[in-house]
Amino acid sequence: MLQFVIKRFGQSIVLILIVTIITFFLMNLAPGGPSSMMRLDATEEERQAIAEQLGLNDPVVVRYGNWLVNAFQGDLGLSLSSGEPVMDRIMERVPYTLQLAVWTILISVIVGIILGILSAKKRNKWQDHVINFGSVIGLSVPSFWLAIMFILLFSVQLGWLPSSGVGGASLMEQFTSSLMPVIILSTATLPTIVRFTRSSMLEVVSQNFIRTSRAKGLKERVVIYSHALRNALIPVISIIGVLIPRLLSGTVIVESVFGWPGIGRLIVEAAEGRDYNLVMGVTVIVTIVVIISNFIVDIIYSKVDPRVKNVG
Amino acid sequence: MTGLLNVNNLSVDFKTDSGKIKAIEDVSFQVKPGETVCIVGESGSGKSVTSLAIMRLLEFENGEISNGEILFKEEDLARKTQDEMSNIRGNDISIIFQEPMTALNPVFTIGRQLMEGIQHHQKVSKQDAEKKAKELLGLVGINDIEDRMYQYPHELSGGMRQRVMIAIALACDPKLLIADEPTTALDVTIESQILTLLNELKEKTNMSIILITHDMGVAAEIADKIVVMYAGKIVEQGSVYQLFDEPTHPYTKGLLKSIPQDKGPRLKRLYSIQGTIPSLTQLPKGCRFHPRCEFATEKCLQEEPPLLKANEREVACWNYEDVIKKEVKQT
Repeated sequence: MLQFVIKRFGQSIVLILIVTIITFFLMNLAPGGPSSMMRLDATEEERQAIAEQLGLNDPVVVRYGNWLVNAFQGDLGLSLSSGEPVMDRIMERVPYTLQLAVWTILISVIVGIILGILSAKKRNKWQDHVINFGSVIGLSVPSFWLAIMFILLFSVQLGWLPSSGVGGASLMEQFTSSLMPVIILSTATLPTIVRFTRSSMLEVVSQNFIRTSRAKGLKERVVIYSHALRNALIPVISIIGVLIPRLLSGTVIVESVFGWPGIGRLIVEAAEGRDYNLVMGVTVIVTIVVIISNFIVDIIYSKVDPRVKNVG
Repeated sequence: MTGLLNVNNLSVDFKTDSGKIKAIEDVSFQVKPGETVCIVGESGSGKSVTSLAIMRLLEFENGEISNGEILFKEEDLARKTQDEMSNIRGNDISIIFQEPMTALNPVFTIGRQLMEGIQHHQKVSKQDAEKKAKELLGLVGINDIEDRMYQYPHELSGGMRQRVMIAIALACDPKLLIADEPTTALDVTIESQILTLLNELKEKTNMSIILITHDMGVAAEIADKIVVMYAGKIVEQGSVYQLFDEPTHPYTKGLLKSIPQDKGPRLKRLYSIQGTIPSLTQLPKGCRFHPRCEFATEKCLQEEPPLLKANEREVACWNYEDVIKKEVKQT
């Protein structure tokens, strides 16, 4: 276990380095500069002074080096647009994105597995076709369009749900305001889980040990929900690890459409304002979140499949 | 009608995309208490289908019993619901499959897979089920029982897994044990160990065994009675002595000749029956065996022979008298 953690930690460091290098250099290829330099009334001298002050006149490699040294000491610098510490700006946004992400994962996993089993049990019957059709629609319709249609229908026409914002303090308001974002985010993850559960279930039920469990006289319910499902979930768990990054990139669009003050929207704001420090900060934090969640997925995987060794 | 199991005129169909295929037709045989019956035949002859039909596991694999009855203790298993069958399977009738490597669930421990059948059928406490499970592992010759109980299938060898399968099958003291090629996937030394084990267990418990095999040598070692199947039908059945001393069907005769002999110099090539078993969708007219039979006459090409009965043995061949007299040719 310890060996696994150490190995994983080493790999993660390399991964974070690569991600930050790519982000830093790509970001600097984009034209323009921090919004504080973009003020219309700023004179050329003022701009030069700000650039000098922020160290923007140094070569890119030197700036990346400086950033890296500070980041390793836990200092992600100050936001170029607001002057607050980057860490503070990120942390005030994190809970909102977590709220969406956790609900989306929970709903996708629970509903996805249930629909997947149903689809496998009713293979080639109408239930299976309906679920399959729904999955294809969910996966292929762009989420920004779907989000706008939802707002038009449920907020503008019917007036049932708020079109944007996070709602007030009451639980009911929080529920109604997060409902649409969570559903839209789920359209990218839920169908994948349904399809994986279905195909994995169909593969497992044709295996010999299922015949053995029936030969023991076990009821069909036990055969399917204990023997088959436990095996069918193994590939489903690994796909959850893949879905987490997809989900986080989905928040960029969904949070922008619904005016949701989370990490996804923060990175859009940061990129638009050329707030280099903030972009880098969000990138690092998101990368760490993905790494940790994948680590958790791997631990669960090894607990479910006894054939996987050296983990957990 | 004194048998523990009486299979009468059993026929099984398989549903495929191109319609129904008759997998076995008109199969009848009897198993008496304490008797070992071997069903022998090549791959595709319908041996395993017969065993799955008795267990009523066919329905899960696109098969259905289209005709006949399976009387077990005077009750017709063919008419029972799956729910009723689940009280019989693993309890009165058990089965061992031929693939020990894949027949156990990879994510559950040996102990759990063993105890689950006991708890299902006998409604005993977990402690009692555990005690019984350990006894069973001892009975089938597994050592380090305390450790094995908590191990997973991938931690055991093929022979050990087959022993676990046997322990699972014996969990509720069945009256009838079906062993579907239990040693095919194992190497020869393990094979004889498993057969010896089955024989010992039979003596101890007085259960009946149906052993399915393609190996006449295995049948000779363990059987009281032999049923020979070919292309979905029984072609001959009789006691092991009758069949080995005086085979009356050319197919049986061929099978016996193809057992390697360990005596004498190996001067000759091992005998083999020419040709291959026909596909069930393209059965020949007349006797199903005639294209491979050296005794075949004009009649065999036209008419299917009935199962003739005499001296408690049965044979489906028009020319059985010739078969008894003549030696099959060496190819």
